[in-house]
Amino acid sequence: MDWHQLWTIVSLPDNIPIVGMIFILPFFTWYGLRQAFANDRLIDRLEADPDLAKTHHRKVEPFQKGWARELHVWPYLLRMEFLAAVIVTVILMVWSIALDAPLEEPANPSLTMNPSKAPWYFLGLQEMLVYFDPWIAGVLMPTLIIIGLIVIPYIDENPLGNGYYTFRQRKFAIWTFIFGFIILWSTMIVIGTLIRGPGWMWFWPGMTWDHNRVIFEINRDLHEIVGITSQPWIGLFGGAVVGGFFAVSGYACHRLITATAFSRKILERMTLAQYVIMQALLIIMLSLPVKIAARLLFRVKYVWVTPWFNI
Amino acid sequence: MDETNGSKGNVKTAAPKTDGNGNGARTILGVTVDPDAIKQKAELDLKAARQPTKTDVYQSIFRVKHDETPRSRTLGVLSNVFLHLHPAKVNRDAVRFNFTWGMGGITFYLFWVLTWTGVLLMFYYHPTKVQAFRDILYLEHDVPFGKLLRNMHRWAAHAMVLTVQLHMFRVFLTGSYKKPRQFNWSIGVILLVLTLLLSFTGYLLPDDQLGFWAVTVGTNMARATPMLGHEGPFGPQFGMTNYNDVRFALLGGSIVDANALLRAYIWHCIAIPGFAATFMIVHFWRVRKDGGISGPAPMALEKEIKPLRRR
Ligand code: HEM
Repeated sequence: MDWHQLWTIVSLPDNIPIVGMIFILPFFTWYGLRQAFANDRLIDRLEADPDLAKTHHRKVEPFQKGWARELHVWPYLLRMEFLAAVIVTVILMVWSIALDAPLEEPANPSLTMNPSKAPWYFLGLQEMLVYFDPWIAGVLMPTLIIIGLIVIPYIDENPLGNGYYTFRQRKFAIWTFIFGFIILWSTMIVIGTLIRGPGWMWFWPGMTWDHNRVIFEINRDLHEIVGITSQPWIGLFGGAVVGGFFAVSGYACHRLITATAFSRKILERMTLAQYVIMQALLIIMLSLPVKIAARLLFRVKYVWVTPWFNI
Repeated sequence: MDETNGSKGNVKTAAPKTDGNGNGARTILGVTVDPDAIKQKAELDLKAARQPTKTDVYQSIFRVKHDETPRSRTLGVLSNVFLHLHPAKVNRDAVRFNFTWGMGGITFYLFWVLTWTGVLLMFYYHPTKVQAFRDILYLEHDVPFGKLLRNMHRWAAHAMVLTVQLHMFRVFLTGSYKKPRQFNWSIGVILLVLTLLLSFTGYLLPDDQLGFWAVTVGTNMARATPMLGHEGPFGPQFGMTNYNDVRFALLGGSIVDANALLRAYIWHCIAIPGFAATFMIVHFWRVRKDGGISGPAPMALEKEIKPLRRR
């Protein structure tokens, strides 16, 4: 256990946000879900008791007759904003006095940094480079992430849970977002920052960053494992595998989407286009962990090799 | 005095009458001097000084009364250019920290801090290969508070990338992207991308090893853009070379050098902040026009879902 190495990585000023993220993200996930569960308990009571549902103000926050439903922005909101600004300023001041922004040697194209890392918020993408070619990891996936985020409101036809925390009424949506945002995006950032060392090799926390370390691992393409050796067949085989993956995970996603009576009801509200776009995005999102597993467990490099691109 | 927005027409007519022939009046070199009249005027000024809010100067600046009445509180917010993006009143439960986590506001505040510290940094920074790195050294060692300034800019940028993601997370968990706020979510996604790009373009500016290699890694991915990069699928077929593809356009050259520094500088200091500010204005405007903050809203129950009507 190399505590010194661990400390060097964790205490690097530029790594503070990631170390912070390890605590902040779980905290806010808990904080949001805790309110969701509290609301869900009330929803349960209201669903069970129609009379109560008619008279209840339908929030967990207390409310009594005669209380104004709205407050003046001045002072009630503005004082909160002011307070927040003061607190943020103090935090920034202390942070900036305590820790110095990094400055390395002057740029030198002939002296490669090892590891050379992108800024931390792109390390998820850089980590993806291990599993996919750059045009997928660096171009296609980011584009799809952006498009996927933008279309969320236009494919989520569930009208419940608009403006309050809830888990019960939006199970599929919340699981999907937590999967994409926390389990994939954020975890890969943490891995890229804290785990990846020289040569972008995997160093467990506390392992010494050995610049001369060599890992002998032979990654093979899927067709080699199967024993196909000549071209049109390689391409056709890969295409079939990828097509098969789409079919299987599309089927799995469909089972998830239609798991409950409620989600079937929501599915009925969706148009075909909405359904197809959602499926495509879900399947492509799933392809990331699947490819990671294929690489780590079976040493697969490419599953689909063609003369023009490899996946 | 009634508060109207604008002139009040209350011309002061109580000015003392001086006829020049009064008791104490004397004429010196053709100028009439009346001590009584001067005294009276001085008393008027004194009286005004005791009630500063009644003076024309005060009223010309503040336009409306600032007392504790609901009307004044409302006008105080609505008639102030910096505050008027707020509504006059908000949902009583929305001012709590636990609903919005304040993350949108904090993100905006950090953008504001970054603008200020950024402009101050610009006073000391030249985007040229000869000067850039030295300017950073100069800032760190000679400029009064230069180090603090640089640190604050750096850490506020990291913090903003974090808070914007948390903001998105809470908007998702509260379902605030649902009707009628779908489009504002999409604007938000654009803001997220702009925030990341702002941070990324700033990374190169110190012209040190860290920024140089981070940007090298980042822009190398652009090479692999399908059709538009010379190493991407179908890139060569589209006539892409190292000297005409998207990476060349981003860097202003085939390597990260002086042109890349200048381009990063312009994107970072002018273009992207301009876009971001514009989209933020639209974002805030839409928050208001979509009916203010989404919640905490009264919960809806499953049996209350209305059938969907499509045209
Ligand atoms: C530079 C980045 C951003 C700034 C400065 C910003 C600022 C704000 C502010 C001040 C609010 C008011 C409520 C609150 O504080 O939560 C708000 C609301 C909202 N933001 Fe953002 N935002 C940004 C990015 C985003 C992103 C990335 C998304 C989503 C992808 C987003 C989606 C929304 C939506 C849908 C609302 C309405 C929420 C509601 O009514 O509850 N914004 N934003």
